[in-house]
Amino acid sequence: MATAIDIQQLGKRYKLGDRVHYGRLTESLANAVSALAGRRSSGPAQYVWALQDVTLAIEEGEVIGFIGRNGAGKTTLLKLLSRITEPTTGEARLRGNVGSLLEVGTGFHQELTGRENIFLSGAILGMRRAEIRRNFDDIVEFAGVGAFVDTPVKRYSSGMQVRLGFAVAAQLSTEILIVDEVLAVADAEFQRRCLAKIEDVARSGNRTILFVSHNMHSLRSLCNRAAFLEQGRLRSVGEATRVVREYLESAAGSNAERVWDDEQRRPGNEDLRLVAVRVLDRSGALVATAMSSDALTVELELEVSTRTAGTAVGFDLESDDGGGVLSAFQLDADEPPPLEPGRRVLRATLPPRLLDGGGYVVSPRIVGHNGRPIAHEQGAVHFDIVGDHRVRLLEHVSRLGPVALPIDWSEHHG
Amino acid sequence: MRSVAGPLAGRRPFETSPETVVRRRRGFSGLQLRELWEYRDVGLFLIWRDLKVRFRQTAFGVVWAILQPLLLTAIFTIFLNRVAGVYAYNLPYAVFALAGVVPWTLFSRALITSSTSLVESASIIGKVYFPRLLLPLASATSYVVDFAMSLVVLAAVMVVYGVAPTISILFVPVFSLMALAGALAFGVWLSAVNVRYRDVNFLLPFIVQLWLLATPIAYPLSRIPRHWQTLLGLNPVAGTVAGFRWAVTGHSRPPTAMVLVSAGVIVGVLVLGLVYFRRTERTFADII
Repeated sequence: MATAIDIQQLGKRYKLGDRVHYGRLTESLANAVSALAGRRSSGPAQYVWALQDVTLAIEEGEVIGFIGRNGAGKTTLLKLLSRITEPTTGEARLRGNVGSLLEVGTGFHQELTGRENIFLSGAILGMRRAEIRRNFDDIVEFAGVGAFVDTPVKRYSSGMQVRLGFAVAAQLSTEILIVDEVLAVADAEFQRRCLAKIEDVARSGNRTILFVSHNMHSLRSLCNRAAFLEQGRLRSVGEATRVVREYLESAAGSNAERVWDDEQRRPGNEDLRLVAVRVLDRSGALVATAMSSDALTVELELEVSTRTAGTAVGFDLESDDGGGVLSAFQLDADEPPPLEPGRRVLRATLPPRLLDGGGYVVSPRIVGHNGRPIAHEQGAVHFDIVGDHRVRLLEHVSRLGPVALPIDWSEHHG
Repeated sequence: MRSVAGPLAGRRPFETSPETVVRRRRGFSGLQLRELWEYRDVGLFLIWRDLKVRFRQTAFGVVWAILQPLLLTAIFTIFLNRVAGVYAYNLPYAVFALAGVVPWTLFSRALITSSTSLVESASIIGKVYFPRLLLPLASATSYVVDFAMSLVVLAAVMVVYGVAPTISILFVPVFSLMALAGALAFGVWLSAVNVRYRDVNFLLPFIVQLWLLATPIAYPLSRIPRHWQTLLGLNPVAGTVAGFRWAVTGHSRPPTAMVLVSAGVIVGVLVLGLVYFRRTERTFADII
């Protein structure tokens, strides 16, 4: 096998603040003046390595997945390989023409029609005109925008725009294809069709694909190998299932706990305050990523000063795209005991298979007996659910909403 | 060794595929004109996009392209010619003014649009690679279409006033190109500065306004002492406009010295602009 991509000690350093606000002419002039005057306006420049010392060889025809937490350097790596930005150190050699797909609908212009945008986006992604013309009907069909092809895309729903964008991108037939997590924005049904399309391409075996995804399931089914990035460094590379497991294990305990150390800042009132909120697995360990079939526990730690009854202590559970799942309070119990003064720990256990794969957010809430809100910590902890094989969640049918709780079914004779 | 059969069969040999090297470039790394040519499809589509968008969304569409120079000429004719008594000696003032306004409009529109081209395409720059130079290049070039339409208007006005062109009209393409090159010279440079310092967006309309007054468009060169005229060529638009006006009407001696000075300035600024662009290009995606 020939090496398609040879990455040697690739690194990218950003100047802190450079990305956040660009310089203003007056600022630069002021800095120049104070530099002349021998004063430094702001201390030494601060740098951060978004990617550091990554060495990796990717074979021709290989489909490799990149995983890691947000800010681990996945997108930076893809941007370097796509030549969007330049590395600070090291080099990479790519053999074969490269197409990158870091966004759905790259180059779309809202005023132009679907037809026009197909050509525009196609050209910007690197396709030849003849190639786009040849694939035009396929694109329109895959996107399912037939009747609207001559309507400006600003009149499309966001879903339609995503579908059209992906349909164009799916025709990209470069030898090396770089795909960021572009599917996250599409609806579940379309995501499934896109994955099938990528799978087709991947299985055909003649293209090298670099793929970033948070969907561990699709990653495992698409990729032969996976690379795990952590804080800008390559932590491990190898057989996809093994690396995915390593990633899931390492991710445990990261965002799964929120502790308010400063007594003055604890959410609540003079009667009771929130000390901590945690997401735990069956054994009581913090867990940031769990399988759908695992039982999860949400733990609320309280400092109670006055005996309280009738105050609702609980949490909101939302999917991280903002959809509400449920609210749960200790008062839901049949005869909830009053909260006695001292440290109190309340635990709520979520049934296994409650949630479908995805990211979730827990927001603890305390509500007074008169309905007055006492505390509401939006998004205090976060965890991910991976839809797993073992529970045989339907793979070819997407569900509506985040709840995947199995329902009792029976068959009756009329 | 790679097996020949299987899914790889029928493709061109891997060994002949282009190799891309991703590494940090230092200093000036050449203009990469060959790469620009390889990506010409992207450039053509960008021009096509700009034209489509410009002529579709406006109620008057194409009319705007010719209305603007016409209105400017009308204002000059009413206020400068009739009120202030500025004359163009051997030419009807309206023809004189329009022959200056037409190349000026190409220059100023192309300058403004190319200077803002990178910032306006920030989302594309962060998501896909192509030579960034295509953006200012394409947005400026799209105004050649507006310019061509205003040339038709100029011809019509000349017919109305009975001004016949001479053989010098063969030079019109040269000076048209000069107007475009002048706009690009500054536009390429300003577009790159604009990525880091958005002040350009605020300064530009003001600069263009001053530039219009500092260029002999509404008033004849003969108002300026002859030995200063050559020096005025340091304003590259002055030489361009004077040259264009001479080419269209042929009604005076060619302002050769001034044109050469202007052309020199344009070439100089263009080269410096391209070098600056190429040097800063590598950080566009990081800071835009």
